Amino acid sequence: MKLSREEVLHIALLARLGLTETEVDRFKEQLSNILENFEVLQQVDTTDVPPTAQSIPLQNVTKGDEVVDSLPPSQILANAPRREREYFRVKAVLE
Amino acid sequence: MTPQQLTIHEAHKLLKARQLSSVELTQACLERINQTEPRVHALVAVTEELALRQAQKADQLIAAGDSHPLTGIPVIIKDNMCTKGIATTCSSRMLQNFIPPYDATVVERLNACGAVTIGKANMDEFAMGSSTEHSAFFATHNPWELSRVPGGSSGGSAVAVAADETIYALGSDTGGSIRQPAGFCSVTGMKPTYGRVSRYGLVAFASSLDQIGPLTKDVADCAVVLNAIAGYDSRDSTSVPEQTPDYTQCLTTDLNGLAIGVPKEYFVQGMQTEVETAMRAAINKLEELGARVDWEVSLPHTGYALAAYYIIAPSEAMANLARYDGVKYGFSYTDTDSMWEALEKTRQLGFGDEVKRRIMLGTYALSAGYYDAYYLKAQKVRTLIRREFDQAFEKFDALITPTSPTVPFKIGEKVDDPLQMYLSDVCTLPINIAGLPAISIPAGFGDGLPIGMQIIGKPFGEETILKIAYAYEQATEWHKRKPKI
Repeated sequence: MKLSREEVLHIALLARLGLTETEVDRFKEQLSNILENFEVLQQVDTTDVPPTAQSIPLQNVTKGDEVVDSLPPSQILANAPRREREYFRVKAVLE
Repeated sequence: MTPQQLTIHEAHKLLKARQLSSVELTQACLERINQTEPRVHALVAVTEELALRQAQKADQLIAAGDSHPLTGIPVIIKDNMCTKGIATTCSSRMLQNFIPPYDATVVERLNACGAVTIGKANMDEFAMGSSTEHSAFFATHNPWELSRVPGGSSGGSAVAVAADETIYALGSDTGGSIRQPAGFCSVTGMKPTYGRVSRYGLVAFASSLDQIGPLTKDVADCAVVLNAIAGYDSRDSTSVPEQTPDYTQCLTTDLNGLAIGVPKEYFVQGMQTEVETAMRAAINKLEELGARVDWEVSLPHTGYALAAYYIIAPSEAMANLARYDGVKYGFSYTDTDSMWEALEKTRQLGFGDEVKRRIMLGTYALSAGYYDAYYLKAQKVRTLIRREFDQAFEKFDALITPTSPTVPFKIGEKVDDPLQMYLSDVCTLPINIAGLPAISIPAGFGDGLPIGMQIIGKPFGEETILKIAYAYEQATEWHKRKPKI
């Protein structure tokens, strides 16, 4: 699986990951190499094999509908890069 | 013997007998840190003030006769576990200034035992890496030979224990991140069964694979720490609601009646001769101790585990790391009016090379048109790998492999070749895929460099692997060797 430059840029866009020109070139080579090596998986016969998402026999874990203490807004907002009163401040979404 | 060289159980005895105080023990570790840190760079933070305060409190508890085996004992925490009021960076620029408003469950549990937190350990950024070279801050050096890597991603934790900067440490393990550095640094490191230890407050990398565990100076200490951190936690929905035994009760030296399998697939491809020689000698020793050993076990899908892992883990990682958007916490690029540009630049400047590579890999594996061929296929192979282990455990109590196919490699040797780096986890990552418990213990040296033995158990079979590890350790001297640093 050789990735094209366009594919690398498309994946980066999906991941919302800015890349420098050098990174685009490097990742194109490295990811192509990794994905080529991973083609080995296609050799495995997985007919009728269900997928495993996790390894423990727990399903649909729910918790009781109980009121518990939560952290105060001041603590939640303490790490916010930008805030306004008791809100996270974000860039305009609609222009 | 100087205080910082003590094990937990040795230190506990002295503390309880009032022959040593927690403040003295803590100061000894802090002095050792001052001495060795300029050479090994294991720590991203030393929490001296907090440590001395906790040590004083521990001394009061001990004086009042109210002490737990961990009371007053210094610990170092890998920097991806939240510590309330203390920066938790994941060795990433993204979280360089992040101060958690709460403690991870494991930290809370250690604190409840009267633990003394003396620092936070360096790691590969977001736990992605096998050498601790992918830290955004600095590389950690192996105390056995400073030009070599300590393994990773819990390299800082392993080095801190090996260099006697601390009495024990916590690490996390997604594909070998506790066991491989434990092997590379000649300490004991355990990845418990998935679901055994709460992940609440552990910064998420790959949620179906991540597990926290101890790095210690011997096996008895591993059991003591596991006792403290294991058990159900309602705040982690993958925490298993099962009783945990007292793990110190299984430490006996008679292996009669135990069946051990040696999967031959782990003894091929790129393994160094000195590792193979050490492993054969170690397994012979287990036979001498009474275990019945079958050298011809086959786990035929082993060769596919690496590819399956490096699709599953990055896929989960890309989803988990989508949260770093520069809005709620972490690094934020603000020098623009565009929301999209801010988002892309935040992630471009906040994440390092390996993290970006894995986000790209995971995004590709989950993207339209490739999902079936990569992610779904990998999950099906995961089923086959788990089934193979389940079948083996119908016949065996434990499986033995080397922890890593090589001794520690040189700093810089693999950092530009991701695939070669990924291969250094080839013996450890199948265990995360299957969710099993495994421990790495010192099993020899090749040219003065550590070799680790991995003992793999059935789900929730930590007692069996601790027992085997303990019997081997008591019959050998490897764990007593110290690096000259």
